[in-house]
Amino acid sequence: MMIEALIAVALVGALVTFIAPNRIAGKLAFAISLIPAALSLWMFTVFDGSGNALLDGELAFESQMEWIQLGDYTISWFVGLDGISLPLVVLTTVLTTLAIMSSWTPIDDRESQFYGLLLFIEANLIGVFTALDFFVWFIFWEAVLIPMYLLIGVWGGPRRKYAAIKFFVYTNVASLLMFGAFITLVFGLGDAVTSFALPEVASAMLDGGPEGFLGVGGSTLASIVFVAMFLGFAVKVPIVPFHTWLPDAHVEAPTPASVLLAGVLLKMGTYALLRFNFTMFPEQVEAYAIPIAAIAVISVIYGAMLALAQTDLKRIVAYSSVSSMGYVILGLIAYTQFGVGGATFQMVSHGLISGLMFMAVGVIYNATHTRMVTDMSGMADRMPVAVGILVAGAFGYMGLPLMSGFFGEFTIFFGAFGAEQLPYSELFTPLAMFGIVIVAGYLLFALQRTVFGPYHLETDYEVGRAPLHDVAPMFVLLGIIILLGVAPELIFEMITDAVDPILENGGEL
Amino acid sequence: MAVFELPEWTALAPALILVATALLLFVFDSINPRTSNRSLLAGTSAIGSLTALGVAVWFMLAGVGTPSVDGGRGVVELFGGQFIVDQMALFFMVVVAVVTALVAVASYDYMEDHAYQAEYYSLVMLAATGMATMAAANSLVTIFIALELASLPSYALVSILKNNRGSVEAGLKYFLIGALSSAIFVYGVSLVYGATGHLQLDAIAENLEGAGEYGGLLGLGILMMIGGFAFKTASVPFHFWAPEAYEGAPAPISAFLSSASKAAGFVIAFRVFTTAFPIEATTAVIGIDWSLAFVILAIVTMTLGNFAAATQDNVKRMLAYSSIGHAGYALIGLAGLSADGGQLVMGAAMMHLLVYGFMNTGAFLFVALAEYWGVGRTFEDYNGLATQAPVACFALGIFMFSLAGIPPLGGFFSKYFLFVGAIEAGMLVVAAALVVNSALSLYYYARLVKAVWIEDPVADRGTLSQPTGLYAAIVFAAVLTVVALPVFGPIADAALDAAAVVIG
Repeated sequence: MMIEALIAVALVGALVTFIAPNRIAGKLAFAISLIPAALSLWMFTVFDGSGNALLDGELAFESQMEWIQLGDYTISWFVGLDGISLPLVVLTTVLTTLAIMSSWTPIDDRESQFYGLLLFIEANLIGVFTALDFFVWFIFWEAVLIPMYLLIGVWGGPRRKYAAIKFFVYTNVASLLMFGAFITLVFGLGDAVTSFALPEVASAMLDGGPEGFLGVGGSTLASIVFVAMFLGFAVKVPIVPFHTWLPDAHVEAPTPASVLLAGVLLKMGTYALLRFNFTMFPEQVEAYAIPIAAIAVISVIYGAMLALAQTDLKRIVAYSSVSSMGYVILGLIAYTQFGVGGATFQMVSHGLISGLMFMAVGVIYNATHTRMVTDMSGMADRMPVAVGILVAGAFGYMGLPLMSGFFGEFTIFFGAFGAEQLPYSELFTPLAMFGIVIVAGYLLFALQRTVFGPYHLETDYEVGRAPLHDVAPMFVLLGIIILLGVAPELIFEMITDAVDPILENGGEL
Repeated sequence: MAVFELPEWTALAPALILVATALLLFVFDSINPRTSNRSLLAGTSAIGSLTALGVAVWFMLAGVGTPSVDGGRGVVELFGGQFIVDQMALFFMVVVAVVTALVAVASYDYMEDHAYQAEYYSLVMLAATGMATMAAANSLVTIFIALELASLPSYALVSILKNNRGSVEAGLKYFLIGALSSAIFVYGVSLVYGATGHLQLDAIAENLEGAGEYGGLLGLGILMMIGGFAFKTASVPFHFWAPEAYEGAPAPISAFLSSASKAAGFVIAFRVFTTAFPIEATTAVIGIDWSLAFVILAIVTMTLGNFAAATQDNVKRMLAYSSIGHAGYALIGLAGLSADGGQLVMGAAMMHLLVYGFMNTGAFLFVALAEYWGVGRTFEDYNGLATQAPVACFALGIFMFSLAGIPPLGGFFSKYFLFVGAIEAGMLVVAAALVVNSALSLYYYARLVKAVWIEDPVADRGTLSQPTGLYAAIVFAAVLTVVALPVFGPIADAALDAAAVVIG
């Protein structure tokens, strides 16, 4: 019942915060969010699961209860954790707590509603990473959209209305495509499944796959569903060319929403790809390896090039997320232990680093009211601590050894280079690695212009040191990033333990 | 075993309670015609409809209408089979009673300072009686009488604001199209009678074979009856009265018509086409499969409703077209019936109508609230309402996202079931149309949410009051829409069982 407790605390906390007076809402939400954070860290220490949740693994904190009987299919409340989902749950709870703290300065309007929505998102994100029944999972998956839509739309920047509706429509249309594809797949599996539970669907898929549906043959159906679900998740990740909603949403979103958006919401896409496409369809992964790897490499390079062209710090960080997510896809399609394990590690790592970067940019913006690279220089002079963290975060992005980004990217490249499953891997991997050069290029270029040199600012604001409650969450994040860089096995062991069973069905161990 | 058995006619108690309430309101009015004691009138209506609701739920739980083999008390047939009280009848009585109660409570504030208070409430209760009777009617004659009992008070209700041109015009249009479609319906009934020699639904089914030489006649009759249903449910091709009537009518009446009246229209369609015209036998006689007509109607109705809704600037008209779109979704329940079943689609359609009863009523009641405040009718007029009335706007957000079918709200569940049902019935095109339309509908539902929550107010409105009745009804509807999540298991069971009994 621990997972239910996590979700329930966040949900009830959201309601309580929603009706609390604006004055105390921020502190109250922070206090409430400490409970799931502590709880999930405790779950992390006592975690005793093994194997993959979908492939007969030993689930931790499993609970299952029959809910609705729908014709021949049973819908159950079914949640549990394995080595892939637990790190993401911890990422969610910790990042939410820090995001709440980081919003004390910038948010000064309708606070109770703002913090209520943040906690509501947290509840749904935990649900996404723990649910093991498609129906339950889909509810959480979709329910994330509403609070994020409002966070961007109400508290966002000047073009918030456009950005919010674009975010909503893009991701919702993609979800419907994926939803339709999965339901069709379940029907295609015929009598082999009697519920929407993901483990049951996965084992039916691996035991022979769909027998065909409405005149479409089994293997064709599997391919169609694979492609449709891949497209559905690709928007969420996002992968070029479905990425255009991301920069708009990020730039207009208030800092805490950006932190959760880049830190956790994007991981929903890659997590779902891993859980559905890469676990249930090993044959199709092999068949579509080249186009997917090509898309991954294009995302890496093109995303980085786009970032290179920006002068808005937030836009730079936003586009570099597109690039980083390309690495994750490359790791997944490599289909090796290091590739898929590294991709999962990179999800967590990128969540931490991009969260840190958005917070740092937000702190600078709070003081200067501008994010334009051209408007400022020599910020290190006035905000040494915040800028120091920004620089550290940027180096994390570039993959500095002993920070988590290095381990994630290194394992991905290592796993991808020698991947037998992936043709031309010797070509794709170096191409993707070239992305790192561009990343270093635009980050260093931006830092050099804004941070160093003589102090100069185009706006009339008095710039001083950032308050402690702005800086503290960044220090915590930085600490975790370095901790995972020094001791990646903290989570990498449980990740590979959960990844191995996937590769037994198609990839190489 | 129960200690004592109620007489059989009490199975119709929900409808009887509604009519008794209507008569009671007449008595109040005749005792003192000049007063308009709003609390007394609205309270009586609300208590009456809540009692009807309680009785209907109690009957359902007690197993009335469930075949005795499944541990129930059996389907009750009354007056030689003219009426039938089974699970489906009770299910729709619940829908009608809930909506009526919400409308009665909301009207307490909305009808403030209006003349004809007592008449208003008693007409609402009479229309509700008609709708509850429609749920139980089992012969073409009782169906027609119930249909008229529901329709005639509705015409008057739409035009009850008799100094308001829009209201009167809407009433006239509604009446003219209603009269026309009634005529077509009755003509269809007479053709069916001519072909089969019977009016009672099960008798028609038994005598279908004998109608072999009149196959064409029977087919024409069925087609005409479909026209009658299309009017009552605001489906293509008799949908065009709906935007006019809903826009001109007082908003609680729009809520009432678009939720309860639509549900009642569907229950007779469900009953007639499953009981009187079983697919196989009917196809053998008239040569074509009537579910094909509903496949086309469902797709056209949902697409037309959604596209038209997307282009509206007036909130009430948007909701009116969206209600046409939802009629299209519910029509899947008939389109998916096939020779070997269809329990799932029809059950899903019933669930959808129930959930729709909450969320759509709530949305129209929010419009009623906006009219009460006098903020205007277009999307722009609603801009920034959330800063002044966060609670009501939060509820509006729930209604809109639920109507669009976003989890975890009630509207998602019923659409999900419809979708699964459509796929299982092999209607890929219909399922795809459902998904595409749902995605499209998000555009205009989100637009309203955006207006109240995100846009800045265009004009200074001053303080907005918080009318108790309207607020209570809106909040209650929102709670029901959300609470659908944990209790959807029992709701689904009830609807699927009810559909199973009717389909047989």
